Amino acid sequence: MSADTSQPPKLFEAREPIFPKRVSGAFRRFKWWIMAVTLGIYYLTPWIRWDRGPNLPDQAVLVDLANRRFYFFMIEIWSHEFYFVAGLLIMAGLGLFLFTSALGRVWCGYACPQTVWTDLFILVERWIEGDRNARIRLWRQKYDLRKWRLRLTKWFVWLMIAVATGGAWVFYFADAPTLLVDLFTGQAAFVAYASVAVLTATTFVFGGFMREQICIYACPWPRIQAAMMDEETITVAYRDWRGEPRSHGKKRDATEPHGDCIDCNACVAVCPMGIDIRDGQQMECITCALCIDACDEIMDKIGKPRGLIDYCTLGDEVRERAGEKPIPAWKHIIRPRTILYTVLWAGIGIALIVGLFIRSDIEMTVSPIRNPTFITLSDGTVRNAYDVRLRNKTGDNRDFRLSLTSEAPLRIRVSGTDLLSVPVAANETRVQRIFIEAKPGTDAAETHATDVTIWVEDLGSRERDSVETLFNGRN
Amino acid sequence: MAKRDDDDYPTTGHEWDGIREYDKPMPRWWVWCFYATIVFAIGYTIAYPAWPGITGATQGVLGYSTRGAVAEDIARYEAQNAGLISQINETELSTILETPELLQFANAGGAAVFRNNCSQCHGAGAAGAMGYYPNLLDDDWLWGGEVEQIHQTIAHGIRWDEDWDTRLSMMPAFGVDGILNDAEIEAVADYVISLSSSPAAGTLGETLYLDNCAACHMDNGMGEVELGAPNLTDAIWLYGGDKASVVETITYSRAGVMPAWADRLSEAEVKQVAVYVHSLGGGQ
Repeated sequence: MSADTSQPPKLFEAREPIFPKRVSGAFRRFKWWIMAVTLGIYYLTPWIRWDRGPNLPDQAVLVDLANRRFYFFMIEIWSHEFYFVAGLLIMAGLGLFLFTSALGRVWCGYACPQTVWTDLFILVERWIEGDRNARIRLWRQKYDLRKWRLRLTKWFVWLMIAVATGGAWVFYFADAPTLLVDLFTGQAAFVAYASVAVLTATTFVFGGFMREQICIYACPWPRIQAAMMDEETITVAYRDWRGEPRSHGKKRDATEPHGDCIDCNACVAVCPMGIDIRDGQQMECITCALCIDACDEIMDKIGKPRGLIDYCTLGDEVRERAGEKPIPAWKHIIRPRTILYTVLWAGIGIALIVGLFIRSDIEMTVSPIRNPTFITLSDGTVRNAYDVRLRNKTGDNRDFRLSLTSEAPLRIRVSGTDLLSVPVAANETRVQRIFIEAKPGTDAAETHATDVTIWVEDLGSRERDSVETLFNGRN
Repeated sequence: MAKRDDDDYPTTGHEWDGIREYDKPMPRWWVWCFYATIVFAIGYTIAYPAWPGITGATQGVLGYSTRGAVAEDIARYEAQNAGLISQINETELSTILETPELLQFANAGGAAVFRNNCSQCHGAGAAGAMGYYPNLLDDDWLWGGEVEQIHQTIAHGIRWDEDWDTRLSMMPAFGVDGILNDAEIEAVADYVISLSSSPAAGTLGETLYLDNCAACHMDNGMGEVELGAPNLTDAIWLYGGDKASVVETITYSRAGVMPAWADRLSEAEVKQVAVYVHSLGGGQ
């Protein structure tokens, strides 16, 4: 670049519009399937019903923020059990490591919501405005009636998809059938409308206009992937040792030798990121594999073997250049590194499942009252107070019986009643003040601290839980 | 993207150890965001209180004020609770204790009232302070531990002259007023301390006690709630149960004072805090 020092060059290029061409092939079909399944899961999940009894919601997947409950089919998680969600997030992270080290940016290319929705928006665009060439012509021409009609139709359909996307999101946070009616009758909470509005706007703008710029500028993952990939990671690559020197037309007839690439630009035309895969691995590539489909189609037509653009690894590139055979795919995938990730991922998963099944339906935490640590009653009895938090995670009202075990002769009492059992409503937490008392003159009354175990027992199911705590005497 | 040869690029002229600073423009999106913040700021100062003047500040066209927002919040909560408050007002204290919904509401409200108005003397944990303020957690009550008695104490106070219904009683200062001499006070103190275990029958102390103290503290030392005369036989001594403390009590007398709260708190608040204190664990 010959810089003109008096007039600085433009440093911030405007976005080059991209018009991905329609393509057909194995990977394209696979991506359609993935789009159908992921969008289906997203839009339909809130409508699945799951009977939990009269006191609990019957939505299979529900994040009940107001009551701090998370329901997932037969699993119910309370807010204090959020570590299950943390565990799932760690598994998601390790899963991403595993897939990236084995298959590169397979998440970006197939499953990322940005990719899936952009793919859907491009489908709509192609359906309304035509394929690549028609869209380029339309983009270049001035706005006339036809262009306005096509543009407005496209934006309207995009907006409808965006509203449906934002709308589906809020159904995860409230009873979906009720909320659907409320949304249309203006009865829903402001936060529901705000969430729908924000997600509608982001879907519309990210899927319709920003597209690849989200991946290139906003998303950190393309930058991290460089650290996650190695020379045995399978990724999309162009076999330049087979394709080069590229040429076409008369020039091709004139040059000898020439490679398999006929420079038809099919791979560039279909690329949703607007790059040329033949430039080698680059940060913008999301490995969606559409260029493989495009190139294979051309190779079939000109009678050359498929795979000029193909899934392959950096290690294989070196071997193939040297005329050796590439390593089979399973050897790329099953390596010490991927085995380590799998073991870690499965280990956390097994721990979470075990944790889920050994959970008790009743729980108790005890907080001793420290202000004051003890009081003396009129007959000299020393009393400690505790707030016990009793959780009834079942769908029925239950009576919880409190008792204690200790080496010392201590007595437990429930504040405000002569009974030792406390009713706890279904799916509720109850905080109950209890007292533990030591008779005057006993060891427990006169020593600083005595070990006590407080027990809670569900009189219906005989489930028990216990907490160890201390009894404070006078000294 | 084409490779740029940045060597020819204009610099600011600053140079440190051979490191030069490019004179590059701000990103366009950044500049636009900056302009947007300026526009927003102008709009904000029109909409909200902003520009200071001599005597005050501009009020903003939205008429917003933080005090007003707090007042609105308080009014909203009061409106929410109005039903329960009127129920508290209309319901007998003993009935409130048996109605779970009202009991829970009264305990929560009473705890808030207690923290604001009572904890300064009785402590946040209601344990009182030895020698000054009674412990409200135990089962010993100078003026009675029934919820109605607690309510009376809170509403009208103890020895609070401004309230005509206040609880009054006065222990004579036996030493200072010359009713008993030092030796007699010592004898009475010995007897009073013995009440907790085995009363020292037939002593000078017992005679003096029956003559001077039993009128209020009763013959058996059990005290009298109506007079605020403490039980001398139990293990709880507000002003200390050792001999020196008891001698001091008899010599100089003791008289704690508590303000009446009926004028300062609403009836519902007094009732709620009475229920709360009753439920602390010592209520009778």
